[in-house]
Amino acid sequence: MEANQTLDARGMNCPLPILRTKKTLNAMQAGDTLKVVSTDPGSVKDMVAFCQQTGNTLLDSAQSGGDFEFFIRKN
Amino acid sequence: MNIAKLQIPESRPPMPTDLAGMEAWFDKRLEEKLAERQTAKGRSLAIIATKGTMDMAYPPFILATTAAALGWKASIFFTFYGLELLKKNLDIKVSPLGNPAMPMKMPFGPEWLRHFNVPIPNAIAGNLPGFESFATAMMERTVNAKGVPSIKELRDICIETDVRLLACQMTVDLFSYRQDEFIPEIAEWIGATSYLAEAQDADVCLFV
Repeated sequence: MEANQTLDARGMNCPLPILRTKKTLNAMQAGDTLKVVSTDPGSVKDMVAFCQQTGNTLLDSAQSGGDFEFFIRKN
Repeated sequence: MNIAKLQIPESRPPMPTDLAGMEAWFDKRLEEKLAERQTAKGRSLAIIATKGTMDMAYPPFILATTAAALGWKASIFFTFYGLELLKKNLDIKVSPLGNPAMPMKMPFGPEWLRHFNVPIPNAIAGNLPGFESFATAMMERTVNAKGVPSIKELRDICIETDVRLLACQMTVDLFSYRQDEFIPEIAEWIGATSYLAEAQDADVCLFV
């Protein structure tokens, strides 16, 4: 999946992946897609909750090795 | 009298005429209206932070920054020892003394060693000079190694994301602090009355 921007949140732990995601999304245009890569297993559930509450769309998520990838469309 | 105002818009289903139907209709409308009001109001979080140690500083800062990231209105009211967390010179410690559930683990070394809990009796933790500083240094190292932000970092994010930092005026007088010892980003110096007014509409209110 194509993304307009990528956020490397690897090595960060709760709540940093969410805080950095929010900050990055703030600077993006509506309709753009952000790819977030994290290593925090807690971010899997957190990212779903974050998108639900902020009205952004979690387009896709995947796991490769120890990395979790999330594709979020800013609405 | 304006007759037009009494006409029911066509988009809505017709009003029921029987009692049961009326009740069902009212319940449904009430739910819709409440949801509408909640959406318009937005969520809010109000935390009271009363402790100035490192372990007790994390919950308020983590929850407030996360709430702000979710678009909630968040505030933290710092009172008693919690006020230490608003000092310009942030010097907070964690103490194993009187904190028996605190794990004492090595932040470095081989994996098997890091899982091992070193039992430190209170007699040592309480009497050995410098033990608190040692425990704090160990905790800071662990936090850093695990990618958890520092308290200073979280406090800066609070400021950046408009979390309202409220400070207790009475505590300043009680412990003879000076207001200039604290960060200038404090939104307000208030007392119990103003805080209750601030917190009365919060969806989530926590005492830490």
